[in-house]
Amino acid sequence: MNDNTALIRVEQLQKYYNGGEIKALDGIQTEIKKGEVVVVIGPSGSGKSTFLRCLNLLEVPTGGHIYFEGTDITDVKTNINIHRQRMGMVFQHFNLFPHMTILKNMIIAPMKLQGKSQQEATELAMRLLKRVGLESRADAYPSQLSGGQKQRIAIVRALCMQPEVMLFDEPTSALDPEMVGEVLEVMKQLAKENMTMVVVTHEMGFAKEVGTRVMFMADGKQVEEGTPEEIFTNPKSERLRSFLAKVL
Amino acid sequence: MGGFESWWEGIQQQFYINFIQDDRWKYLWNGLGVTLQLTFCAVLIGIVIGVVLAMIRSTYDKNYAQMRPGVGRGILRILNILARIYLTVIRGTPVVVQLLIMYYIILASSNNKLLVGMIAFGVNSGAYVAEIVRSGIMSIDEGQFEAGRSLGFNYVQTMRYIIIPQALKNVLPALANEFIVLLKETSVAGYIAMADLTKGGDIIRGVTFSPFMPLIAVALIYLVMVMFFTFLVNKLERRLRSSER
Repeated sequence: MNDNTALIRVEQLQKYYNGGEIKALDGIQTEIKKGEVVVVIGPSGSGKSTFLRCLNLLEVPTGGHIYFEGTDITDVKTNINIHRQRMGMVFQHFNLFPHMTILKNMIIAPMKLQGKSQQEATELAMRLLKRVGLESRADAYPSQLSGGQKQRIAIVRALCMQPEVMLFDEPTSALDPEMVGEVLEVMKQLAKENMTMVVVTHEMGFAKEVGTRVMFMADGKQVEEGTPEEIFTNPKSERLRSFLAKVL
Repeated sequence: MGGFESWWEGIQQQFYINFIQDDRWKYLWNGLGVTLQLTFCAVLIGIVIGVVLAMIRSTYDKNYAQMRPGVGRGILRILNILARIYLTVIRGTPVVVQLLIMYYIILASSNNKLLVGMIAFGVNSGAYVAEIVRSGIMSIDEGQFEAGRSLGFNYVQTMRYIIIPQALKNVLPALANEFIVLLKETSVAGYIAMADLTKGGDIIRGVTFSPFMPLIAVALIYLVMVMFFTFLVNKLERRLRSSER
């Protein structure tokens, strides 16, 4: 890793479909430092989810490089599975494993991938469950939980791997309005504990309050980037102004 | 009334000749054992073959287009072609012919008919199980796969811990149905002189020269077994539907 503490460095990231006809990502360039909370906003179809999914290579970029802890993970020779263990991801639709209990959902990866004993993994899982107030649901199945509970579990499942960075892909978009708060609360807690986070969201309040940096994307390009202050109170581009006028 | 009495007496006599005399019922009893053994083992072999084939086929269908060129991609392509040839040949030829080929050509050196039968029916069943399991794998939401990969599981681990258990659960009723189908299909095992249930009935017929009783008995035994297993499958289906998801 370089001494400038860039945890993730993105260089000229491109994602094309249909041989370049559709440019979902067109030359993204950014750095995410340790402890930063980068919030990615933008209209739908702007490529913000694609960008996030490229960071752990769920989406394979067409061009450019992504360095994670100094390693080029876009290199074919890199074993991405090892790096993914250090990047947690939370999805819009939770994606809990329906055939496993909550506890099993959380301990399977640490046990199988990090070689933790069941006891060790369970201890960590229970500690995390307590933090999100769901320790009583350890033996429940995902279908028995509400959407907000599922998403909180999804967050702590990712945390069980003790990742360096957490990627959030519209974590509150599939939730009923009254459940959004409880999930955002957990994310705020995480931010306070200095977890590095990249969050794709439509929650402008969260971006303002928690984000250390906001990235505005449109048409596969990063149009503007800055502190929440700069982005929300002093937008420079016409594109961002019209977007903010619509969502605020 | 005399007509009825003599008719009834005739039935009793027939029953005695076909089943009681010389312990002929043992042909049916032992045959039933062979049929059940054959079916159970064939289904197990079928499931193993089927899951492996289903993994190859669904991996190819879902990933081949996006894969980077390389050795892995080439191997996957060859495996997929082999799987498709297997499926086409097995599903395109009668099971009796496959059984005869297995017995007289491929495994001609083996004297163990039961083993040959298990392999022949297992190989046959595998082709059908493969398509059942494949549909199960394809029915699992892509998000499950991404969740597994994002935690750091590799492709095979994700399949093993996350996708296959859910897929098998989803297709369990269809697999049980395959067992019922196979139970009846093994009735052609007599072609290689295996003493299964059907053959047992036929042996009795050959000795007593009265076809009615033994053949109807064989049919009834199959029917009762099929009804019993169908009942179990329905029960299983209801339980799966009422449980989580």
